[in-house]
This record gives sequence, C-alpha cells and structure tokens, in this order.
Amino acid sequence: MEVVMAFVVATLFSCALYMMMRRSIVKLVIGLILLSNAANLLIFVVSGLTRGAPPLIIEGVDPSPFVADPLPQALILTAIVISFGVLAFAVVLIRRAYEVVKTDDLDQMKDTDT
Amino acid sequence: MLLTVMLGFVVAMAAPWLVKLSGRYSGWLLALYPFSLVVYFAQWIPVIGQGHSQLTTYQWFPGLDISLSLYLDGLSLLFALLISIIGTFVLIYAGSYLKGHKDLGRFYLIIIAFMASMLGLVLADNVITLFVFWELTSITSYFLIGFQHEQASARKAALQGLFVTVGGGLCLLAGFVLLAIMGGSYSIQGILSSGVSLPEHGLYGAALVLVLLGAFTKSAQFPFHFWLPNAMAAPTPVSAFLHSATMVKAGVYLLARLNPGMASDLWSTILTSVGALTVITAVVMALSHRDMKKILAYSTVMALGTLVMLLGIGTELALTAFVVFLLAHSLYKGALFMLAGAVDHAVGTKDLSELSGLRKAMPVTALLMLLAAMSLAGIPPLFGFIAKELLFESLLQASVWGYGLLLLFVFSAILLVAVAAALALKPFYGQYLATPKTPHEPPVAELLGPVVLIVMALLLSLFALPAQQWLLSSSMLAVAGYVPEVKLALWHGVNMPLMLSAVSLVLGIMLWTQWHRVQPWLSRVIAQLSRFGPERGYFKMMDGITWSASWQTRFLQNGVLGLYMVVLILSTFLLAGYTFVRSYGLHFPLDVQDSYVYEWVVAFLLIVSALFASTTRYRLAAVAAMGVLGFAVALTFIHFSAPDLGITQLLVETLTVILLVLVLFKLPEFVQLSSPWERARDIVVALFGGVVMLFILVAAIDIQYFDSISSYYIDNSELLGYGRNIVNVILVDFRVLDTLGEIFVLALAALGVLSMIKLRAEDRVK
Repeated sequence: MEVVMAFVVATLFSCALYMMMRRSIVKLVIGLILLSNAANLLIFVVSGLTRGAPPLIIEGVDPSPFVADPLPQALILTAIVISFGVLAFAVVLIRRAYEVVKTDDLDQMKDTDT
Repeated sequence: MLLTVMLGFVVAMAAPWLVKLSGRYSGWLLALYPFSLVVYFAQWIPVIGQGHSQLTTYQWFPGLDISLSLYLDGLSLLFALLISIIGTFVLIYAGSYLKGHKDLGRFYLIIIAFMASMLGLVLADNVITLFVFWELTSITSYFLIGFQHEQASARKAALQGLFVTVGGGLCLLAGFVLLAIMGGSYSIQGILSSGVSLPEHGLYGAALVLVLLGAFTKSAQFPFHFWLPNAMAAPTPVSAFLHSATMVKAGVYLLARLNPGMASDLWSTILTSVGALTVITAVVMALSHRDMKKILAYSTVMALGTLVMLLGIGTELALTAFVVFLLAHSLYKGALFMLAGAVDHAVGTKDLSELSGLRKAMPVTALLMLLAAMSLAGIPPLFGFIAKELLFESLLQASVWGYGLLLLFVFSAILLVAVAAALALKPFYGQYLATPKTPHEPPVAELLGPVVLIVMALLLSLFALPAQQWLLSSSMLAVAGYVPEVKLALWHGVNMPLMLSAVSLVLGIMLWTQWHRVQPWLSRVIAQLSRFGPERGYFKMMDGITWSASWQTRFLQNGVLGLYMVVLILSTFLLAGYTFVRSYGLHFPLDVQDSYVYEWVVAFLLIVSALFASTTRYRLAAVAAMGVLGFAVALTFIHFSAPDLGITQLLVETLTVILLVLVLFKLPEFVQLSSPWERARDIVVALFGGVVMLFILVAAIDIQYFDSISSYYIDNSELLGYGRNIVNVILVDFRVLDTLGEIFVLALAALGVLSMIKLRAEDRVK
C-alpha cells in the first residue's frame, strides 16, 4: 500500500510545484496548501502504514510494541497546526496586498515601493 | 618577541590620543616605538650573526596546527632592522611633512599598525600567521594610499592596489595550503626541513604558480607592476616606507624565504625571466616620467625585478648580490623618497621640468640627493656600488641565458644612471626657475632620515666586510642554505664588472644630457603602448565584473517569482536527484499487494482532487477540490491508525475552507495569465520534481537504516507521562517545548492577522 501512497504523494508534490509557479497569487496559496498536505503525507507514508492499531494504551494492559509509530504522528500533528497558521497569515497578507496593489498578478508586484 | 609586534598594534590604537596630547612633537614621540625596536633587534645581531636562530611559539589554534610562531634568523633580522630603522625616521618625517593635517592621528594609527603587521610578516614562521599579516599589510596599505580620500585618483589607486595585492594574497593562501600538504606542516621551517623534496612532489607546479602569483602581485612584478606607481598618490612618508623599502619587498622576502626548499629549474626560469622583464619595463618607464615620485616608483619596480631575477639565477654570487642589493636599495630609496617629498613640500612641485637651480636655496638637500642618487646609480664609495658590482659579477657567471641578461642589465644600468642624474642634478643646478613656493631648506625632521640612511650606506660600503660577518652572511645563510664565501669589498681591482660600471656611467651621463629630448619622446611612445598594457587589462576586468554583476542581477533577481521558483525547484531536485541516483541507483520495488479496494478509492480521490484543484478555472471549484483533498487526507490518517491526526486535519480543513471562501471572494476571478509556453515549461519542471520525489519516497520506504526510537515513548508513555494516548503524551510531555514553540508561532500568526485587519480598518477611517 505504501507504494500506492507514494504515487499519491508524488502527484500532490507535482501539483503543488506547478501551482507555486503560477502568476496568480491565489494559485500560489493553493500550491502552498497542497505542498503542506504532501509533506505531511510524505512523513506519514515513510514511517510505515499500519492498519487498525492506533498508538493507544488499553488500561491495565502492557503497551503493545505493534501499534502504529506515534512519533511521526506527533510531528505531523505539529506540522498541520503550524501550516494552518502560516496559511491564515498568508491569506490575510494577500488580501491586504491586493487592496494596496490592486492586482493579483505576481509579475506586477515587482516593485518594493508600492 | 611577540610583544614587539603586539605592542605596535597597542601604540597604533593609542596614536590618535598621543597626537592630540603631544601636538607638534607627535612624530618624535611616536618614533620611540620603532626606535625601541631598533634597539631590541640590534641586541640580537651578535647571536644571529653566529648563525643561530630563535623560534618562539605561542598556541593559537592548536587543533588546526596554526600557531603564532615567530622565527628570527638572519633574513628576518635584516628585514626587522630595516623596518624599524626606516620606520623611526619615517614617523619623525611624517610629523613634519603632515604638520597640522586634520587626520594626522588617523595617519599614525594606520602607519604604525602597518609597521607592526610588516614586522609580523617577516617574523612569522607559520604560513597562516604569515598570510594574516600579509593581508594586514595590504589593508593598511589600502588605507594609506587612500589617505587623501577627498581625491578620486587616490581612492582609485588605493582600490587598485588592494585588488591586485589581495587577489594575489588569495592565490598565496591556496599556495600555502598546498605547501603545507606537501611538507606535512604549517611551519615554514618545518616544511623546509621536512626532508621532502618539494620540486619532485606532484603538487609542486600548482603550489609554485600560486605562491609566485602572490609574491609577484605584492612585489609589483610584470605584468602586475602598474599598481605601484599609482600608489604614489599616498603621502610621501607612506611611499618612502611602504612602497619602496618595506611592503613591496614582502613578495621578495617570501621568495627568499622559500628559496632553499622551492628552488628548481622551473623556479629559476620563471623568476629570472619575470625579473628581467620587470627590470626592462620599469627602467624605460622611469625615464619617460617627469614626476619625481613616479620616477622613483619605477626605479623601485626595477629594483624589485632585479631582486627577483637574482633569486632566479640562484648562484652563490647572485644570492650574495641579492642580500647586498636588498639592503642598499632600502637605504637609498628611502632616502630618495624622503628627499623628493621634502623638495615637493618646500617648493610646491615635484615635476622635474619645473625644478631648476635650487642648489643655492637648499644646499644640504642638494648634497644629500646627490649622494643618494650616487648609490642608486652605483657610484663608489656608496653601498649601491658594491651591490652593482656584485650584480654584474653574478651575471657574468650566470649560466641562465648567459650574456643576454648581462647586455640587458648594462642597458638598464645606463638608463638608471640617466634617471639618477635627472633626479640629483636637474632640480638643483642650472638656471633658477620660479616655483609655487619660495624654496627653503626643509626642517630637521625631514632631513634626519636621509642623513642617517646615507651615512649608513657610506659606512656599510667602507666597512663592508665587518657588516658581512655581523649580519649579511647570516641572511645569506637563510636565503641560500649555506654561508657564501664571497667577500664583500669596495675595491675589487680593475676587472670586468668595474669596466662595465664605467661604461654604463659614461653612457648614462651622455644619455642624461639628452634627457630633455628623450623623456618627452619616450612619454609619447609609452602613452601609445599603454593602450595594450596590463593596466588596460585591469580596467577591462573591473568593467567586466561590474557588467557581469548587473547582468546576473537582472537575470537572477528579476523580480519574477515564477522564475525564482523554477530555478529553486530545478536546482533542488537536480541536485537531490543526482545524489540519489549516485548512491541508490534506479530500483523501483513496485509492490502493490497488501492493499484493499477502498484504499485505492481514497488514493484515487486524493489524486483527482489535487489535479482538479490545479487545473480548474473557477475559484470556488478549486476551494471545493481543496476541501475534498483535505478530507481525503483525514480519511487516510484515520484509516492508517492515526485518529488524532484525522481529528486535527478535519478541524483545520474546515477552518481552511471557510477562510478561503471568505477571503478569496474579495479577490479577482482566475484569469489565464501565463503563455502556453510558460505553462508547458512549468508542467515539465513540476513533473520532474514529482518523479524525483516518487523515487526518493519509494527508496525511503525500502531502506531502513535505524530502528525506530518510538519504543521508548510507547513503553514509558503511561509510566512517566501518565497518559494512554501516546501521541498526546509526546506532544504535551516528552516534546513539550516543541509544542510551546508551536503555540508561539500560532500566536504570532494571529497577531499578524489581527494587525493587518486593524490596519485596513484605519485606512477606511481616513
């Protein structure tokens, strides 16, 4: 199953890269979201996929060594939250930039003065 | 010994205050530092004269084999004495020459720092230490040439000197590293005594070229000679000190220092030919100028060429001549520069065609100038004569290129006699010409240096043999590796060198009588030729650097984000892909067993929604597709045993969709901005990135180098963290500082969002 997911992640990366090269700033943001999703999935897939064994400890039972790896999950959880923070900031920034520059074309936003 | 060098930097830092305190006597006060050095080094003469040497080592970076080791032998002692003696008089001289200059304090700071650096350079034994001092002399020289920084020409000359010498310095550093690899030590004495035959080492050629580039740029050898005459934009004390007696000799010093280990046929050929070429270029240029300082500068270049050539010839006689000529040149050239500056100061011009008949007003200066010029021309009984005799004698014996070099040197000696005559006779004899200032004898401070240096030149030639025994033979020992048996004497009897001297003297005087015709003619010829000269190349190169800088700024920093992305993505994935293919190869373990249909559906959903989001022309459709994608990711997380991730992803995805819908509708519709060609290019680049990621990912799944460290968290989650949700325990207990940082990031983002919204509100109020 990991190989299938690898194809998914690679597709997400390609789409993200493509969108980040676009001139419209909204497409850039979409590229950014795709990229963070791709990165999260990448870590998740690389750490190995486990079905039906969440990293939880049943009360009174010794912890089983066969649960899914909790460490990458903790990392991804942090990454999801951070990327949401970045996204919120970026979206408001773009909104603000559009108000000032009156364009969403990145090629028109070359000057530092406006 | 380290104290002598470090004290210099301390005195330099204190110089501005001392100048304020001592007023017009500042020159005399500050000269106490180099004078104390003279006394200190003079004490060493008896010890070193016996052929002993002294190595003092202080740890600096012991792990890198870099130490502050100072080595005192005949060669470094000779240089240290020259630096401190000439330095003493230059400081006294500068006090008078720059009297009342507003930046006198700064001047003293830099020139004393230079003195200390130069001292460090000649004493250093570790190549890295030597390099540090070497660059310090370049930098202080830059400040001194540009001392009159209000003048554009001074700034330009300073920058030129810096570029040439520091460029050479970089080559030198590389050369030093190669030498250290070859000799197995960073100590010069260690390299020279390592027993490794350097010329037979595979790295010898590269090291030789690099070291020579460093030495040739510093010592203004052809084709790098052009910076030195331009450096005459500096005040005269600087020219007298740095650009005649000390700094420009650093390259020659280095070559002499390395001579025992580096000498080979190649070394000999390069040094001899470059030296000879420099001599002939410089002596012709000297004759073509009217500015006294320029003439002296070119005669300095000539002297440096001579020294390099003598090292190249490398016979016993030649090395003796090297040491003698080095000493003689420092003495007379320092004196000549100080005198030329004194004339300029007293009269207001240094153009020879405007100077005439000053003998009545400045008799002492006239006499001193005559004596110094006699040493320059090699006329007995001055020390320059002994040097010239030895030079001719060594050329007579030289095997390299035989009589060609001899002819060349007789020719240049003739020209040099004419130059010396022009300097000594033209300004002082004949009809008096009106000058900008009324001529008067320069003050004592400006004449003391020349007097002492000329007296030394006289004494040295009269007592040549004792001088040789006391100091010079130990210098020769350092340069040659053995004590030469040549005996110095003023009178050798009537022999071939004496005849050559006489011939060059007579012809030189005859040439001088025609100076007023020859000089303008040569000046025109040189002006024509200089269009093809190396200085032209320097300016072309500087223009080229500016041009390529602006070109690459326009090309790389063009402000188009899309192009930046293309460059970034391509370079990242090309490098990553290359490394990957080299270390792993192109295996692709395609293993799709162990998968269920509904998993394929989720995967298909992910791919389709991503593709749709990046191709649709409608904003809302894109946002919706992003939503689908986000929820599919959440499904994946939940299905593969990560319920916490799934929950978080669901919440975040919902918020994201709401945020996007709210904000994006204030932005314009999607329009097709880029051309089909750009889209095609971006698709190729993006696909390339995706493919590289795919291969890396599959390989990462395939390879497992280390066991997971997670078993610790699984085992101790309940024991230490008192929680049964291991992911939660990691986040809020084991890695709690990370979570704290994450909270900070979110808080900052929230503050940023808030302030931007507030900003907008205030705009509206306006």
